[in-house]
Order: sequence, then C-alpha cells, then structure tokens
Amino acid sequence: MERLERRLGLLSALPIGILLLLSFVMPLLLVAGFAVMPQKVFELAHLPDFSSFAVIWEQGYYKSLLRSLGLAFLTTVILFLVSWPLAYGMAKVFGRFTLVITILVVLILFVSENIRLFGWSLSLMKGGLLEGYLRAWFGFSFETPLYDWPVIVFGMCYVYFPFMLFPLAQGISLVPDDARLAASDLGASPARILFEIEMPLAAPGIMVGCLLTFVLSAGAVAEAKLLGGRSVIVLTDDVESAFTFGQNWPLGSALSLTLIVIVALLALVPISRIDLDAIMGRKR
Amino acid sequence: MRQVSRSTRIALYLYGAVILSLLYLPLVSVGFASVSKARYLSFPIKRYTSEWMTAAVTSPTVHELVLTSLKIAVSVTILSMVIGFFGALAFARFQWRYRGLFQKIILLPIFFPQTVLGLALLIWFSALGITPSWKTAVVAHLVWIAPITTLIIAIRAYAFDPALEEAARDMGASTLTVLREITLPLLMPGIVSAGLFAFLLSWGNFPLSLFTTGVDATLPKWLYSRMVSGYTPQIPALGVLSVIGSTLLVAVGLVLMRWMRPRD
Repeated sequence: MERLERRLGLLSALPIGILLLLSFVMPLLLVAGFAVMPQKVFELAHLPDFSSFAVIWEQGYYKSLLRSLGLAFLTTVILFLVSWPLAYGMAKVFGRFTLVITILVVLILFVSENIRLFGWSLSLMKGGLLEGYLRAWFGFSFETPLYDWPVIVFGMCYVYFPFMLFPLAQGISLVPDDARLAASDLGASPARILFEIEMPLAAPGIMVGCLLTFVLSAGAVAEAKLLGGRSVIVLTDDVESAFTFGQNWPLGSALSLTLIVIVALLALVPISRIDLDAIMGRKR
Repeated sequence: MRQVSRSTRIALYLYGAVILSLLYLPLVSVGFASVSKARYLSFPIKRYTSEWMTAAVTSPTVHELVLTSLKIAVSVTILSMVIGFFGALAFARFQWRYRGLFQKIILLPIFFPQTVLGLALLIWFSALGITPSWKTAVVAHLVWIAPITTLIIAIRAYAFDPALEEAARDMGASTLTVLREITLPLLMPGIVSAGLFAFLLSWGNFPLSLFTTGVDATLPKWLYSRMVSGYTPQIPALGVLSVIGSTLLVAVGLVLMRWMRPRD
C-alpha cells in the first residue's frame, strides 16, 4: 500500500515536473550560461568571462536595477498599509461582504492588466475621466499625474493589489480571536495588540503577500510604459532592449540573472519555512 | 467580532466600497471611451456612437487576434487541467518521499517575474531552433498557469477522504479504475474551476505573450502595441469586447459550478 502510494506520487508528479524542467529550469540555466559569455555572442561555445557584469557597472545599467527594486519596495510598503485594514475586515469583520469583495477582486484579475492600466491613463490624463468631469461640473482642474514615477508606483499598487490582499486576509484569519481578547483583557493597547499579537501570528500571510508583490513589481514592465510614458526606464525595459534591438543576449541574461538571484534570495527563506499542508487545510 | 466598535465597522465597510470602486474605475473610463464619437478622446463625452464597436466586431484583424487568443487559451485550459489533476494528487493526496520539495518547486514559477520568464523562454526557444508562434506561447502560459491549476485542484484534493479510494481498492478495483471512478469525479468541481481560471488567465495574459507568440499576436499583445504607439478608438472598443467575453465566460462557469454542487 505505502509502496504503491510512493510510486503513484512520483508518477503523478511527472507531467508538471517535465513541463517545469523543460520550460522553466532549462531556460533559466541557459540565461545563467549566457550571463557569463562575452558580449554579443549567440551561442555558449565561448570562454566564459564577466564582461556583461562589467558593462552593467560601467554603463550604468545597475541604476535601472536599483530603480526597479526601489519602486518595487515602495509598492510593497504602500500596498501592505492599504491592504491591511481591508484584509482585516475580510478575515474578522465582514461576513457576507467578504465573499462580495473576493469575487469582485478575483474578477478584475481576468481583465488583461494592460487594458486596466490603459483605463487609468484615460482616467488620469488631461481631459480624462476625472479631470474632464471635475472641470465640467465644478470648474476645478488639476495637472495630470501621468508620466512620472509616482504614477508608476500607483499603477503597480493597483495591478498587484490582489496578490497582497488575499495572502494577508488568509494570514489574519489564522490569528485566533482568543489571543486578541486575552491581550485586550490584560490591558494591552490596540497598537500593542497589532504589533505583538496580530502581526506575528499573521506572519505567514504577510510574508507571502509582500514577497509576491515585490517580485511581481520588480519584474513589471507595462506600468512604466503605459502610465510612465517612458519617462522612467525600469530594469525590464533594459532586459527587453538587450534581448531585442540590442541583440546582446549576454547583457540581457546578466541583467535577468541579477534580478533572479535577488528575488531568489528573498523568496527562499519564506518558501522554505511555509507549511503548505497547514495553510491549504489538511486535517490529517 | 464584538470587540470591533460600530464606527470602525462602518469605516471598514466604506473603505472596502471605496477600494472596490477604484478597482473598477479604469474599466468605466475604457467603457466610455469605446462609445465616444470623437476621434481624439476628451471627457466629458459629447456624442456617443457604436461605430467603433461595430468596426471592431467586423474587422478581419480582430477575428484573427481572437482566434489566436482562443487557440492558446483553449490549449492551455485542457493541458493545464490534465497536468494540474495529476500534479494535485502528487501535491496533496499521495504520501511520497519528495512531496515537500515538490510542493515548493511548484510555487517557484508563480513567484517569478513573468516578463523575465518570457524573455528567458524566447532565447531558449531560439537556442533550440524553434520559431516562436502561438504554440510556444502555450508552453509559456503553461509554465505559469499549470502550477496555479495544481494548487486549485490540490485544495479540493486535501478535502477528500482517502478512505473512499482505499475501500474501492479493497473491493478489487485496479489503480486505473479507482482513478477514473472515484478520484476524478470527486475532484471534478476543483478541476472545472481550475479550468475556468486557466482559460481566463491565459486569455488576459500579457507579459508572457509579449515575447513568446512570435508573429501570432494575441489580443492583449496587439492592444499593448497599439497603446504604446498612440490612441485610437479601436483600443477601448476591443478592450471592452474582451472584458465582455471574459464576463460571459465567468457567468457560464458560475452557473456550471452551481449546477454541479448538489451532487457533492
């Protein structure tokens, strides 16, 4: 019986295992290989060198990397602050309204992100939905926030909001009400309950939410192009142009690899600690 | 929760309503833009027209884009349902040696910047000598979507009682019969909702399609190239049509799942 289960487990892991090996692991190994090739070569049959990393340093490509990481960090912090109250409401206060929020937030995920971002640029532009109607009804006008970096952060917060909200709500629902009641009976202030009871107990959800948001926004490209109008060059822009018009695979690979390594270092700790059986509800 | 005061409750409800309306505001703009008569969009809208919509529905380019998007989404849906079904069994049901490791590896593609994945696949395909087309896009979408369907079906697989399978096996059913007669029907609701997710995520996916479709543009990719090069009324019209398509599918999916529920 147990031997059968072991074999069946391995067998049923095969399809997705092969898929990920052939189209996730191997491509990433190829990227890693190209990252240490001389400039502008198209095969791996060359002596490895670190010229791409030298180019990243000398020609200032590291700036777009830092910019992307900075924007992603800011997005994560803002989203955490914005999502916490709503996630709290979903986990502990709302009842049926939680279901409404869940459905509406999931539904918006099915609309392509560039259509939604395009909608924001129509809403925020000069003569757009907001400015246009404000001017027509109240004679009040404002400068468009488009084409600058804060609006890119806004766009990323908007697009990646569900990836923060749901893990947070899941995390907060793991906080037992008794723990909070006990702390409050013992005279703890709401702030103290938040920092010493709720946040530590909701930590798995906080970790997953922050990690997802950070990773996704560090690799984002559409926000900067559609809302930032190319006023801000992010890392993915540089990677894309190195692979396409630049025809410099080693440079593109080295830039990608740097991002991948940073993301992997950040992701490994939480992923290795999480107990998926517990989160996804195994009772056995 | 009794310890939350009435005013806090009201504030939280209001906050939720504000966030939900912000979430949908851009779609309102796109909707208005799609029926505005002016060639150069400016709010408030003075005259309305349905000509952009009609033009979009009848355009051969659009038919081709829809067809490509559909081909990709349908292939991804079917493949990811099958892969996800077996993946979920390995994830949640069977006790095997590398299960813990497997569970974590499944998460990696989801926690990965999609644009970078798309570019990595692009050079991988050209290193293999494969010309990118809608078929390579199917592979790219699967890398991201199959792990998601695995997780969705796994939630269902956690909930069912392995004793049912053991009983069938004790009565002499072969492994294949157990799979077909017990496991598959029990997991069906999970498989259907995973399929729905797979279709919609593939239909709307942009970062992966951007680099892996080659000359076969999908709807989101084509819209993006238009958006970057300047406004035309076609963009919101097509955007609205794409949203309407997804909405109809969600409605069908929800009805289907409601219809399946009583048999649980």
